[in-house]
Amino acid sequence: MSDWALIIYCGLITFLTRFSMIALLKKEMFNDRIREVLSYVPSAIFPAIIFPAIFLDNNGLIHLENNPKILAAIIAMGVGIFSRNILATIFSGLASYWFLIFVV
Amino acid sequence: MNSNFKIFLKGIIDVSPLMIPVVPFGLIFGILAIDIGFTPLATMGMSLIIFGGASQIVLLQLFSGGASSLVIISSVGAVNSRHLLYGAVVSEHVSDLKLFWKIIISYFLIDQAFARSNEYFKKSNDKNKYFHLIGGGVTCWVIWQTTTFLGIILGSAIPEKLGLSFAVPLTFLALLVNDFRKMINLIVIIISGLVATFGYNYIPYKAYVIVAAFAGLFTAMILTKIIKKI
Repeated sequence: MSDWALIIYCGLITFLTRFSMIALLKKEMFNDRIREVLSYVPSAIFPAIIFPAIFLDNNGLIHLENNPKILAAIIAMGVGIFSRNILATIFSGLASYWFLIFVV
Repeated sequence: MNSNFKIFLKGIIDVSPLMIPVVPFGLIFGILAIDIGFTPLATMGMSLIIFGGASQIVLLQLFSGGASSLVIISSVGAVNSRHLLYGAVVSEHVSDLKLFWKIIISYFLIDQAFARSNEYFKKSNDKNKYFHLIGGGVTCWVIWQTTTFLGIILGSAIPEKLGLSFAVPLTFLALLVNDFRKMINLIVIIISGLVATFGYNYIPYKAYVIVAAFAGLFTAMILTKIIKKI
């Protein structure tokens, strides 16, 4: 398959995952129970991106010792919980990470 | 000022804080794609056609690892499976719209715009509230295309040592700040994270994202039911 065909197929599947539910679902299909469960969608999905990026190394192996990302993420989380501020969360995480890898 | 335009602007303002980490993310993508051997045109094509950071990064990782096209496409589908759930949430608010707008909204239905617009949709009763999501989506689109382009040009001038890829999990972490305070959310976050981390190597086709998401949602389903009974 050529690079362009691959890119177009990947684009199509990305679009279809976004479009299918919007196109197919009708308003009446939602009751309060489904809505309640769906409100947990971000909490159910984002950790699947966050955790592997912090706890796994480049080879996909679990990396706990001497891993500055863990402490930096905990600091970011703490700042996030207290400040409820998105920017403060991200910057405190990046700043702690840089401090840990360049200074400590 | 036209009220649709006001909603559109509000979408831009609400999503803006989330756009700062998109800058290093886009740069990293552009740099990596060129490094792997994609032409500048194909790299730009990925950002324009796919317009999804996680999808594009997975495409690069698997392509450079020599995976077959079928595995790459299925993996991109698995990584994108979260959009099925976003779509299900958003569809409730846009079910009366014409197909044309549903197509536009689908193209712009990205993590950051979804997170911010979902909060807005819950509060607003305006029938044109979907302009909020388009505002957020367009903002991210402009930044994503610009930073991809800059990444292509800068190439290896940015040191890998800076660890800018760490901005990716931090962005998603920041999207959850309000959920860390709630017990059920916290349990769901931990379950999903553990399933993804331990399943990363064992669940085929990078389907760990959808498996973790369903484990998390299933947990939420049980916990919300138990708590109601008490």
